[in-house]
Amino acid sequence: MIEHEVIIVGGGLAGLRAAVGLCEKYDVGLISKVYPLRSHSVAAQGGINASLGNHPEGRDDSWEKHMFDTVKGSDYLADQHAVEIMCKDAPRAIYELEHWGCPFSRFPDGSIAQRPFGGAGFPRTCYSADLTGHVLLHTLFERAISKRLKVYPEWYVFALVSDGITCHGVIAFDLLTGEIVPCAAKAVLFATGGYGRVYYYSTNALINTGSGIGIAYRAGVPLKDMEFVQFHPTGLVGTNILMTEACRGEGGYLINRLGERFMEKYAPIAMELAPRDIVSRSIQTEIEEGRGFDHPHGKYVLLDLRHLGEKKIMERLPGIRSICLDFLGIDPVYEPIPVMPCQHYSMGGIDTNEKCETALRNFFAAGECACVSVHGANRLGGNSLLETVVFGKIASESISEYLCGNEVKPDRGLLLEEKKRLEKKIERLMNGEGEKASKIQVELSKTMSEYVGIFRTEEQLKFALTKIMELKERYKNVKVSSRRRAFNYELTGALELEFMLDVAHTIALGAYLRKESRGAHFRRDWEKRDDKNWLKHTVFKFNEDGEPEVSYKDVIITRFEPVERVY
Amino acid sequence: MRGENVYRFKIFRYDPSERESGPYFQTYDVRVEPGLTVLMVLLRIRDEIDGTLAFRSSCRSAVCGSCAMVINGKIDLACRTQVSKFDEKTIILEPLPNLDIIKDLVVDMTPFWRMYERVKPYLIRKTPSPQKELPQSEEERKRIDQFVNCILCASCYSACPVVARDPEYLGPHAFAKLERFISDSRDERPLSDLLEFDNPHGLWGCDTVLKCIEACPKNVRPTDSIVNLRKRLIKLRLFGKDRK
Repeated sequence: MIEHEVIIVGGGLAGLRAAVGLCEKYDVGLISKVYPLRSHSVAAQGGINASLGNHPEGRDDSWEKHMFDTVKGSDYLADQHAVEIMCKDAPRAIYELEHWGCPFSRFPDGSIAQRPFGGAGFPRTCYSADLTGHVLLHTLFERAISKRLKVYPEWYVFALVSDGITCHGVIAFDLLTGEIVPCAAKAVLFATGGYGRVYYYSTNALINTGSGIGIAYRAGVPLKDMEFVQFHPTGLVGTNILMTEACRGEGGYLINRLGERFMEKYAPIAMELAPRDIVSRSIQTEIEEGRGFDHPHGKYVLLDLRHLGEKKIMERLPGIRSICLDFLGIDPVYEPIPVMPCQHYSMGGIDTNEKCETALRNFFAAGECACVSVHGANRLGGNSLLETVVFGKIASESISEYLCGNEVKPDRGLLLEEKKRLEKKIERLMNGEGEKASKIQVELSKTMSEYVGIFRTEEQLKFALTKIMELKERYKNVKVSSRRRAFNYELTGALELEFMLDVAHTIALGAYLRKESRGAHFRRDWEKRDDKNWLKHTVFKFNEDGEPEVSYKDVIITRFEPVERVY
Repeated sequence: MRGENVYRFKIFRYDPSERESGPYFQTYDVRVEPGLTVLMVLLRIRDEIDGTLAFRSSCRSAVCGSCAMVINGKIDLACRTQVSKFDEKTIILEPLPNLDIIKDLVVDMTPFWRMYERVKPYLIRKTPSPQKELPQSEEERKRIDQFVNCILCASCYSACPVVARDPEYLGPHAFAKLERFISDSRDERPLSDLLEFDNPHGLWGCDTVLKCIEACPKNVRPTDSIVNLRKRLIKLRLFGKDRK
């Protein structure tokens, strides 16, 4: 058994930012299933939004305008008081990161450089070439090292221990030894990231299984707005590696098979810089109507950067160029890039309020695994990195406040009981013959990409739900062929699959029930947004039969009344 | 399995709990379609053929630094290496050298991180920060560019002949990181910090044979940082001048 005052699960931006805020005052342990620098935050490319007003065309920018763009981008589903907190705090958060050493790109006057991004009225996305996530993650990790944060790398958390009212800690699997370790804590923060791998075509890292979301859900913590899944317009064909929105922010075009810049049909003013939900639907429509190209790994359109010229590409998009060269053998200086929409981001997640609190006392969540909600039905590019650092800090403050005001004693007995239960579960998985987890995972992810994708219909969603139920049934017979526990990725994969099935179930169910189209959720049979009936959040609770119980709650509207969204 | 696109993968296997059997190479035949990377093959083997195979992976897009290994004798990231780029149909995969093997292709990174932490790999400021950003010119920003690109994958550390003979040698990655901060216009650490590395386990250990540059998948040149740091050290000794 290990014990800390605070246990943080996840070593990406949100987890590290929270840890930095807590570890001088409290005894903090950060558990991560990979070395923190391998977290998916590292892969973010384009930038982070803040109304600094550094760009010559952005001098009139303000947090209110950032807030408006975010709310409009969210298709009015975001909780506006939370968006206000995030946008107001953004400049401070950027300066803080800069003071901690973050190497942002610069304008000639020495200020932090900013570029245009989708759905934004002003160029307000701060960046470091196209490696913004990389520099932010390294900066926060460096800061954590300077504060001597205790990290448990390559420990996989697979249970949250609760008595129904209070959280007592987590149970982790130490990959190196194969040991199951109960971890007692007075407060637990999940910053476990998104669920991209629930989809077959995803820009996400292989580690993004969303199991943190599933673990919280199984422990009785409600999830929110799971049906809202962001599809990024430009994933590389074949590998689905992200081609940042900054490609379009810097002036890149989207071209169909007929050589047309087709965005003029769908968003005549914003063109390629319309929000992601709109651009993804536009690309998908072009493909479905026969104006795409064919490839063994999916149909695609072209992202053309050639007119930007070699100098600009090398300076602003060097990472994109290396990816194209390494993975496709093409040079975007001379050739357009084949792209297709891919799952990219989880708008939904663990239901939290604006203080990162959940329904379970002393259990908090922040970053992509959480749903505050600041992104509503569609997140704007550049707002996810912002969310991690703003709410990572807020989580640290909420936890601090909580620990000051409460005498908490984790129940060690409860933790040991849970450990015993999980020992048995692992023994079951490792004994006898059965189906491989990886096979079920492929079927699950293919089902999600095909039937719970960019365009949805009742029939498709019904099919997906039936298929997920079937896979859940088959999961009961999953066995792990590798019988040694140390560094057994097959075993962790099998453990994670159970949570992935739950996560997928809530996504498909939420989408099936929501009879309207809003943001990233588009129903072919209900093409209009319906504020009268559906201006509300979907909430999922794991009930006694292991099924999701759905309820709804109001959206918080403070400044901007919902109007039609035009770009 | 036979056929045109079938590749033979010989993969280093070792499980310390089976000490008596020792390390060995296991052979897997895999059908490879164009565009398939070494990492995708490893995942396929683990998912479909042999669940016991251990290797690290995460981003699969050459930015996270998890999957460096030796591929046909050359250190590289498995995720960015296309199988079809090899002329021969046999591909040999081994764990990174200079680090202890935990299992199969997974190595113990502890010494690597320990050396990284020794150079104080973070921005050090003495003067209070302004309300806004600390100004930095485009040129000053450019100066640190190549070192900022380091993803800490340990390719350079594993390729370094000095690390191989002296486990107390700091390593190319640590110096690249130190240079990244010392040459950052915002950093205010005293140059006398360098004196800690004024010895054969430190800056004078490097053979300058550029193996680290050859191994780096992100075009970082750790040797450049070592040469720069040596110059700074000599200036400090000669003129006693501290800081830029």
